[in-house]
Amino acid sequence: MKQIKVNAIKNGTVIDHITTGKIRKVLDILHLDGTDIVMIGMNLSSKKLGRKDIIKIENKELSELEVNSIALIAPEATLIIIKDFEVVKKSSLKIPEYIEDIISCPNPKCITNEERIISKFKLTNDEPAQVRCIYCEKKYLIDEVKIKN
Amino acid sequence: MKNLISMRDLSKKEILYFMEIAELIEKGELIPDMKGKLAALLFFEPSTRTHFSFATAMKKIGGQTITMRGTSGTSAKKGETFADTLQTIAQYAEIIIMRSPVEGAARFASEVVDIPVVNAGDGANQHPTQALLDLYSIMKTQGTLENLRIGVAGDLKFGRTVHSLVQAMSEFHPKFKFISPSFLKMPAYIKDDLTEKNIEFEELSEMTDNISDLDILYVTRIQKERFADLEDYEKVKGSYILEKSMLKGVKKNFKVMHPLPRVDEISTNVDNTEYAYYFQQAKNGVYMRQAIITILLGGVK
Repeated sequence: MKQIKVNAIKNGTVIDHITTGKIRKVLDILHLDGTDIVMIGMNLSSKKLGRKDIIKIENKELSELEVNSIALIAPEATLIIIKDFEVVKKSSLKIPEYIEDIISCPNPKCITNEERIISKFKLTNDEPAQVRCIYCEKKYLIDEVKIKN
Repeated sequence: MKNLISMRDLSKKEILYFMEIAELIEKGELIPDMKGKLAALLFFEPSTRTHFSFATAMKKIGGQTITMRGTSGTSAKKGETFADTLQTIAQYAEIIIMRSPVEGAARFASEVVDIPVVNAGDGANQHPTQALLDLYSIMKTQGTLENLRIGVAGDLKFGRTVHSLVQAMSEFHPKFKFISPSFLKMPAYIKDDLTEKNIEFEELSEMTDNISDLDILYVTRIQKERFADLEDYEKVKGSYILEKSMLKGVKKNFKVMHPLPRVDEISTNVDNTEYAYYFQQAKNGVYMRQAIITILLGGVK
């Protein structure tokens, strides 16, 4: 019998295969309000990752911005759309080639930290994920940049 | 090409095009006519030389200049956004030439205004007109940019000029010697780029005995302020001062370059040798800047 540790949802979104420890950051960017129904599983066993975290949210579809932000934090995560208890779409996340307004440049001398302008980064490397600010041209590992809330 | 913001944006072909136009202007075979054109020189950081070089270049091709100075990259203190300042200036001038301590300021400006923008230095980031004039100087003295042995000495950690130069030369299969104190070494991200492109480089801590196989030695200033302890500065500074006596046995085509201003890293007794090239280098800067402005303003038919 299949062991269910986190209840199934009727309609909504499941973010599966979140690397353990990254779930807090993922929750931060989800803009959940007080009424959202959310189930969280942490340190569950996973064939793919050994251990994983999982988030299930009833009646919510993620915006493109949210999806791209999650891709930056937890690129190994899987996004599952549920309708009537059925999986209707399953997709792995991909860090976008061009990242606009999601992350802040860590360089204090960068124009994006001086003026109120939209930050823009280009993905320069996949593994490990690395981005370059198109303004100050500094390169950073994804773990070094701050995701905007 | 509409703007000149970063060497990163330029292909090898475009770099060589700048060289070609600068050479035509220098030889008098191309006489640009920028009469009626106005360049706005926005210098938010003091730089007498770069300003002077651009103003000279614009005037020599028949154009005029206006200058705005300030200590900040922006007019935020007056309540006006930087974008508004730029858009206003773009109503007066045909081209903006901008120096700023804020990294990425020129890129931002190029997104805001419709007229061409030239980056005349943005913080520790880029100084593409300096890189192009350096390349032009190397080309003139060596007859080529390909397969040269280039030594770069001094402050390699904070030196924006050397970063742009190394980046720009990377297209032309050079071999580098980086000569600096250990704590002012070339940053890892520049070395990573070189490794990716299979470009050979050595890191050394002494000029002596390391220059006889070079085609170019590019010397930059080591600022005293970089040293935590002035005693350390006194100890190492001799290793980074080029003396005439060190030039014995260098190659015939060897040239010493320096972005200027020089303090004491090249002894004045080098000035009268056939190897000194730094003042001609500054002159080449005017030809290169004439070429840059002319190209961006569509003056090359």
